[in-house]
Amino acid sequence: MPESSETALLIEHLDVRFGKGDGAVHAVRDVSVTVKRGETFGLVGESGSGKSTVLRAISGLAKDWTGRIAVDGTDLGKARDKAFYEKVQMVFQDPYGSLHPRHTVDRTLGEPGRIHGITDVGARIESILRDVGLGPEFRFRFPHQLSGGQRQRVAIARALMLEPKILLLDEPTSALDVSVQAEILNLLQRLKREFGLTYILVSHDLAVIAHMCDRLAVMNSGRVVEELTADQLRRAEPTDRYTKQLLTASLGYNRATADSLLTFD
Amino acid sequence: MTAPLLEVDGLSVRFPSRNRVVEAVRNISFSVGREKVGIVGESGSGKTMTGRSVLGLIRPPGIVTARKMMFDGIDLLALSEKQMRDIRGNRISMVMQDPKFSLNPVMTVGKQIDEAYRVHSGASARDAKLRTLEMLEAVRIRDPERVYNAYPHEVSGGMGQRIMIAMMLVPEPDLLIADEPTSALDVTVQMQVLAIVDDLVSQRGMGLMFISHDLNLVASFCDRVVIMYGGQIVETCKAADLHNAQHPYTRGLLASLPRVDRPVDQLSTLVREESWKLEPGVDARIL
Repeated sequence: MPESSETALLIEHLDVRFGKGDGAVHAVRDVSVTVKRGETFGLVGESGSGKSTVLRAISGLAKDWTGRIAVDGTDLGKARDKAFYEKVQMVFQDPYGSLHPRHTVDRTLGEPGRIHGITDVGARIESILRDVGLGPEFRFRFPHQLSGGQRQRVAIARALMLEPKILLLDEPTSALDVSVQAEILNLLQRLKREFGLTYILVSHDLAVIAHMCDRLAVMNSGRVVEELTADQLRRAEPTDRYTKQLLTASLGYNRATADSLLTFD
Repeated sequence: MTAPLLEVDGLSVRFPSRNRVVEAVRNISFSVGREKVGIVGESGSGKTMTGRSVLGLIRPPGIVTARKMMFDGIDLLALSEKQMRDIRGNRISMVMQDPKFSLNPVMTVGKQIDEAYRVHSGASARDAKLRTLEMLEAVRIRDPERVYNAYPHEVSGGMGQRIMIAMMLVPEPDLLIADEPTSALDVTVQMQVLAIVDDLVSQRGMGLMFISHDLNLVASFCDRVVIMYGGQIVETCKAADLHNAQHPYTRGLLASLPRVDRPVDQLSTLVREESWKLEPGVDARIL
């Protein structure tokens, strides 16, 4: 897809390496994707495929990258400024690890507001808690007083404090029970509509990706092996052999399929 | 019909605390034959406690009571801790959820598996090593020699889980209790590891208690399913019939799953009824 005024995020020839010399890991290899404004774009793959590393390169957490990353037409350098974080925020996989255990919800949500000089932080916290389906009674609780689903709602609220345009979602429901996963996915869909957000969703779960995304890229060993629409995925129309195998394996256990699985490098 | 491999009648697990007693498992009855029985539920449903109590792994202040807990003609309730140790690991094995906390961090992977085998079989060190390498290969570890000499922190989570599975299978137990054994694995590796367990059930007649939150996986992998909610068994059925489940809890769980082949605008969410906890529960024994 060519770059246009509709492009929210552009990635061209992205390479990410960790370490140096013999132990160096080439985690992301020549990845190019374009995400339109208002779209949910999925990155799917198995562990070690590089899908989370792409998100970490965008957010500035992985620093050793080469290639081009542009948000809203502005090319990103190695460092990220405040303006970037007002546009792009990230939600992490594990709500047990991503919230400070000794900070109240109020302090966790207030921090981005104070860093970025929001004038009425208190009011903003109250309204954002309402937006993510938590009442004002949650404001002064600690993470250990919350369930996994409530914690992930707080993590989403924190990401929304600065009214960003793009959310990077790294396996946002894989640590949650399925009934809670449904609630969080529904919440993300509603927030997207209400605030006109663009999502980049990383998941290993093809069903979650098919449900949430318009388009997706399948990654294996650091490369994008195929890009397709969610409709093509639903109609089981992938052309790449790796994608086909991933789809078959996702449909459930089958003894014969287990023997036919190939290793891709 | 002969008696099942494991029969549990009226199992309860309680944890007394200062002002109240937490009932993790409430009066459940089930059996496991030489088959794959899936125990499904969400976090806090009591499924893990059920698995642990069969192996006598609930520590004080936890209290385990049952009318009956028979394993292959042995009354597990009457065993001393020493007698239980002869069964545990040897005849009944358990694969735990998290390899990080189940492997000894200061012992190489190979030595740990060797030990698991030698303690119960009395095999020589050489035989044990051969057997260990064979087992590592069976769980699809590509370079068994390297992994044999590696320490747990040097392997990935998925590999750690495969190592755990190899360790539990090496003494060839009669009953394997697998607690979310593959939830940390990629779908393709998961399927290959399950195939190994599947073959042990169909070829060697091992019994499997497969504890999982993954309904689709259990429906496609197991023979029978037991659904737990609030410490009780709310429903049991053949795995192939899971998608026609009757209990509103089971139906609610199934409906909340996104599916690749059936797009919906909004996922349905589960509304829990207080009354489910007051139901008597169902008996999942096949005798």
